[in-house]
Amino acid sequence: MPDSPHMSRREFVTIVSVTVGAAIGTAVGLPAIGYILTPALNAKEADAWVPLGPVENYPVGVPTLMSFVRSKVNGWEKTANSYGVFVIREEGDTIKVFSNVCTHLGCRVNWDDASQEFKCPCHDAAFDVDGGIVKGPQPRPLDVYETKVEEGNLLIHFVEG
Amino acid sequence: MFRKIFDWLDERLGLTTIYEVTLDRKVPKVNWFFTLGSASLFLFIMQGVTGMLLTIYYVPSPDHAYDSIQYIMTGVSFGWLVRGIHHWGASLMVLVVFLHMLRTFYFAAYKYTRELTWLTGIVLLLCTLGMGFTGYLLPWNQKAYWATTVGTKIAGSVPFIGEFIQGVLRGGNDLSGVTLARFFSAHIWWLPAILAAVIGIHLYMVIRLGISAIPTEED
Repeated sequence: MPDSPHMSRREFVTIVSVTVGAAIGTAVGLPAIGYILTPALNAKEADAWVPLGPVENYPVGVPTLMSFVRSKVNGWEKTANSYGVFVIREEGDTIKVFSNVCTHLGCRVNWDDASQEFKCPCHDAAFDVDGGIVKGPQPRPLDVYETKVEEGNLLIHFVEG
Repeated sequence: MFRKIFDWLDERLGLTTIYEVTLDRKVPKVNWFFTLGSASLFLFIMQGVTGMLLTIYYVPSPDHAYDSIQYIMTGVSFGWLVRGIHHWGASLMVLVVFLHMLRTFYFAAYKYTRELTWLTGIVLLLCTLGMGFTGYLLPWNQKAYWATTVGTKIAGSVPFIGEFIQGVLRGGNDLSGVTLARFFSAHIWWLPAILAAVIGIHLYMVIRLGISAIPTEED
């Protein structure tokens, strides 16, 4: 049908096949993206004051590791996450609480008494007693928790998400 | 008798043609460096077979992953061997695939008309590294946990969209059973499926275009 004003059978079948294929692909593909991203998009936020015990339990001037557990639901699973913080009680009433999560790539730092530094075992980051950068690849000082003391007990403001 | 059976099959399957096209094809005089692609393919198949054996006992859940591997190592006959081959084969495959890439680069075998063979090779290299990254978490021991903490955080250091990528990789803010399940899924389904398909395209082009000769002084 060289001069036919209508589209050929072959053209028609091609267009219908491509259209139906694209429709089915979209109908499956778009939900699949949502399916994969769900846990990332539904990540829970947390905002709580976590008690860390009586202030006098912490020695003055020495960073002391304190850990606490918070449970959280990830997908179907209830996960008990352990968190570590360094509590530094200074002369007077000032208390500083640092997260022990290295600001480089998330390993946990340790207090090294000999060098008076927080050291990360993964990539050799070092922080001073105030959480400041001494050396290493980390982009920022140790994260600080907001603190308050109620009836002699220390609490920190835990925020996530 | 065997001749007759073979002829009957050959008439229907074209076995002789397959043999001539894939294995008996003309190649220039080359050296041992040109065996690295075949070595990569061999390792891929070996990782596939040992990996399938491991899934018979391995359970990808935080409660069972570590113990199921302990059982493979101590309770199952030759479990130590199957896991050992998969463990060392993984490192060897990354090494061999990388050397294969270097050979292609230094012998200038990526040039016209083999650009697409090179590009599919990049996909294969990235998928191989992805297999290493996702497989490393599956033992669910301390080393696995912290390596993945660091690895996903590296992805998280991408400007602007990093945090989102990290969330998608982990399936949430932290490493959890969700992370283990999706790494397992990527490790045994998605990446091997992509690898197998792209290896098919890669080999089709190797056979269609032939392999390049060692460059001479005139090249």
